[in-house]
Amino acid sequence: MTSLILKRLGIGLVTVLAVSLIIFFGTKILPGDAAQIRLGQSATPENVAAFRARLGLDKPYIVQYLVWLKNFMMGDLGTSLASDVPISDLIADRYKNTVFVSALTAAIGVPISLALGIMAAMYPGTLYDRVLTLVSVSLVAAPEFFTATLLVLLFVFVLGIGNAIVVGSTEGKGLFELIAHFALPITTLCFVIASQLIRMSRAAVLNVMSSPYIEMAILKGVPRRRIIFRHALLNAIGPIVNVVALNLAYLVTGVIVVEVYFGYNGLATLIVQGVQTRDYVLIQGLGMIFCLTYVILMLIADIAAFASNARLRHPK
Amino acid sequence: MSKARQNEHYVAPYDTGVSFDELPDAAPSTRYKPSWTGWIGIVVVSFWVFIAIFGPWLAPIGENELPFPDDYSEFQLPRPGAWLGTDESDRDVLSRLLYGAGRTIGISFMATVLAYFIGVILGIGAAISTPRVDMIVSRINDAFLSLPTIMLGLVVVAAVGSSIPVLIITAGVIYATVVFRLARALGQEIMVMDFVEAARVRGEGRWWIITREIWPNAAMPLLTDFGLRLIYVILFISSLSFLGLGVQPPQADWGSMVRENLGALSYGASVIPVVAPALAIATLTVAINLIVDDLSAHSGGKLSKRL
Repeated sequence: MTSLILKRLGIGLVTVLAVSLIIFFGTKILPGDAAQIRLGQSATPENVAAFRARLGLDKPYIVQYLVWLKNFMMGDLGTSLASDVPISDLIADRYKNTVFVSALTAAIGVPISLALGIMAAMYPGTLYDRVLTLVSVSLVAAPEFFTATLLVLLFVFVLGIGNAIVVGSTEGKGLFELIAHFALPITTLCFVIASQLIRMSRAAVLNVMSSPYIEMAILKGVPRRRIIFRHALLNAIGPIVNVVALNLAYLVTGVIVVEVYFGYNGLATLIVQGVQTRDYVLIQGLGMIFCLTYVILMLIADIAAFASNARLRHPK
Repeated sequence: MSKARQNEHYVAPYDTGVSFDELPDAAPSTRYKPSWTGWIGIVVVSFWVFIAIFGPWLAPIGENELPFPDDYSEFQLPRPGAWLGTDESDRDVLSRLLYGAGRTIGISFMATVLAYFIGVILGIGAAISTPRVDMIVSRINDAFLSLPTIMLGLVVVAAVGSSIPVLIITAGVIYATVVFRLARALGQEIMVMDFVEAARVRGEGRWWIITREIWPNAAMPLLTDFGLRLIYVILFISSLSFLGLGVQPPQADWGSMVRENLGALSYGASVIPVVAPALAIATLTVAINLIVDDLSAHSGGKLSKRL
């Protein structure tokens, strides 16, 4: 068990290194010289050369990569090429919105979807189960901005609540005011993860429900409720944690689209700006942050899957 | 969750979402009788394929022409001359929707075909090559699979800029990683099955074995996976376009149409410019998903479940 987790952590570390290589060398093929972009067309060749030396751009790629990786791990993300501001300052202004929306999506969306999914698994084949399955099959394939559009139509146009874009400052707002402020993005993301979570948690519980010891419990005459909560659910916790972590990892894409849709400042809009202005330092730093989050969530998903397997937990 | 899936950690975004686990098993068959949900899917997908091919001829005016050049006509409600109203630059929404269909569907379809081309060749190649080569190729593949696809797309677009060939190649290569895994697993799985060995012992030729023994077993998993992959590629391309990094203006594309017209939700007279393209993408992907679900429920469920 421990060795399996250690092995998985090792693979995770290798993955992170591979990711950093892809991001670093992916952005290195950008046309144009960083020093030239920063100094503008009128800079003299001497100035550009001096600036290149200061940025370390005259060194071999491999040295540049190692320096960049070291700086990233020390928390130094470099300086934006487009605005000449340290990346960490740019992030400091914006990360709160992204983290707040993602955290609240997880806090609200996950318990509701799990409850719905487990309910569907408790009563498979009923009308409730079938309607829920049909709705989640439909929503799972729809793009994030379609869900967002439906919600805007419902809340803003039919019910007349709120705005189609998120406006105003978040300064000095309490928790509930913040929730109201970000209500539409959070609801959209909840729907996005719910459609996956409902299907997957339902499948996870149904899978446990088809195992022999559950059949035994049914034959013994244990009441259905007790079978679900005492026998099935405990063994389904591992797969369910796995499913939750996977879906939170999918949120990375959802967050990017939702921030652009509702037009508020966050990390995702920052990286999209970075791509538009070809600010490769910004793309490298933020790209690593997003990918690290993703890889860590995938790692949690995996370890949960291991940990839930009693045979791995207690080897003979 | 099947045991195989638990141990394979490298699952691409959204992939485990459409799970075959809950679907009943059925014997492999190349005959397909759609259920009513399957029929709905087929009708809707056929409709959009028709529009994608003939859209430019059906469109009342060109994608960048103005239906009412004389007046200021941003976000107008539908009226004769512009049956779905006008967009933020006074253009005809219906015409842009018809032009955009071919682009959105065409790019996604070509990218998926490319993904299959690369993935199947490398996957089958890895399955029949030496274990060392197989391991190296698979590990590199895993590294790409462990990244969110949208981030890979952003890095590529930042590096080489966005154009239709770049979009097709990027999406094709990114999704080839998933196809690679399927093809490799299929190759390894079917090659060693008893009936293939029996055919070989019987003295059947290679062509017979491929067409009569392997294909009927591989067709349905591959076809359903092609459908799933197509959905993810459509969502990927549309999301990139929506972020302004995919198909570039003034060319029309469903994802970029949603972005261009977002202002309609705040101050437009008509919300159709946003709703129409978003609805178009959603109906297309949901319809493909209905067909895929129906296909995997009625044929070859067992093999797809193991993968």
